[in-house]
Amino acid sequence: MWYFVSPRIVFGEGALDALDELEGKRALVVTDANLVKTGLLNPVKDHLDKAGIEVHVFDQVEPDPSVQTVLKGAAIAEKLAPDWIVGLGGGSPMDAAKAVWILYERPDLEPAAINPFIKLGLRQKAHLLTIPTTSGTGADVTWGIVLTDTEAQRKMGLGNRENVADIAIVDPQMAAGMPPRLTADTGLDALTHAVESYTCTWRTDVTDGLAIEAARAVLEYLPRAYADGSDMQAREKMHNAATCAGLAFGNAMASMAHATGHVLGAVFHVPHGRAVGLFLPYTIEFGAREAPERFAQMAAFTACSDKGGEKAARKLAEAVRDLCHKLGSPVSIAETGIKKDAFEARLEKMVDDAFNDTQIVTAVRTPSFDELRQLFVYAYNGKSVDF
Amino acid sequence: MAFKFPSDEWIKDLARQLNASPSYEKSAKDWEGDFIFIAEPDKTYPQEAYMFLGLYHGKSTDAAMLKSKDERPAQFVIRAHAAVWRKVIEGKLDPIQGMMTRKLKLEGNMMKIMRYPKAAQEIVACCAKVPTDFGD
Repeated sequence: MWYFVSPRIVFGEGALDALDELEGKRALVVTDANLVKTGLLNPVKDHLDKAGIEVHVFDQVEPDPSVQTVLKGAAIAEKLAPDWIVGLGGGSPMDAAKAVWILYERPDLEPAAINPFIKLGLRQKAHLLTIPTTSGTGADVTWGIVLTDTEAQRKMGLGNRENVADIAIVDPQMAAGMPPRLTADTGLDALTHAVESYTCTWRTDVTDGLAIEAARAVLEYLPRAYADGSDMQAREKMHNAATCAGLAFGNAMASMAHATGHVLGAVFHVPHGRAVGLFLPYTIEFGAREAPERFAQMAAFTACSDKGGEKAARKLAEAVRDLCHKLGSPVSIAETGIKKDAFEARLEKMVDDAFNDTQIVTAVRTPSFDELRQLFVYAYNGKSVDF
Repeated sequence: MAFKFPSDEWIKDLARQLNASPSYEKSAKDWEGDFIFIAEPDKTYPQEAYMFLGLYHGKSTDAAMLKSKDERPAQFVIRAHAAVWRKVIEGKLDPIQGMMTRKLKLEGNMMKIMRYPKAAQEIVACCAKVPTDFGD
């Protein structure tokens, strides 16, 4: 027994027009100041105006949003009494919007208490709508929320199936202005969601198709979107792929590349998508030594290899590395510019933290502590996993 | 020789397996919290059974079959039908997925358990090492 949850998804060119028909009185748009500056708020506002919805904006969401920020947003919502919360932006504003919505609906809850095992009873005051402006996080369609407790200096993985958005507007025009580096980093995040949701132990029959299509599309269209941001076909395919991959991993799970990428990002501030994409070929090779089948299938579906077994699985790892080369993305930790002595000084902490990351448990091959340490060292040196 | 599940011998052997596991010791080195596992009756086991497992800093401190849930205090109580426990022990049901779908019902701080996913996985791995007789 398992679940598949999803918002109603409006996608493709012109999807933003669906806002014209939204019913409601007042919306609180949760976003960041940079996005307002780039003008991406304007079309959203225009469409909501057309729908007769009064628009208020909370644009104080920072990268890696804090508990304190979402509490501030929830207090504003409490005063304004919106019937729509709109998450506009990349993963951070959309995660913040989910948390603001929950805390607005449930002011009795501490943010840390938002977990999958309780009944939230949402949708008494408002509904949630998400509009992604990057093509990678999948946060528009997932229920997970990552918040940072700046006082305790820790990240918290929160969320509940109830807090998945009611509507996701996936309009490629909203991502068309992404600079190449952001296009690459977020695209690698989408690829990692797709590969890991298909190959992890929590994979499901219902999510497999989404994962395969997302991986195939990223491998084909990400180099194009990176090379030419005005290639709207590539932009649209990437935007849809990110949402498909979000549906896949949001309803299955991510795995070891996320567990290792999370700690590299937390310790050395490597952007999330770059970090997980860097680890992906290594974790594919590690898993494929004992359980190559799912990786080989994905290699076949994405036309990396027409054969089965470990060799085919390793072709998938090669394809990810080739993609990283095309995107100018690092394929080793050393290439990110992290000095060896700094890496070695934090190695034990990173292995320890990765070992206790929730997403390590879905790895198709369970690493021992020593194997995980070795994988970090191989990833530092850019050496293919042979153990 | 296989140990009947649930039984005093079975839970004691699980404690032995945990204490012999360097992986469990490493992954649960900061863990503090005892468990009571309740097997609800079904056709394979006719009466409710209570098993206590003491866990502290990567080691099992005690293990015993109890007469009732209240015989000893525990921070965590997990309840499921014997058939569900069997799926967990045989590796067919991930315990965290089991709790998310309420097949395994937890009393206690779920978020604390979620911070030790690897330890939970190691406990299941040790369960699989206990030679088990499910009575069929």
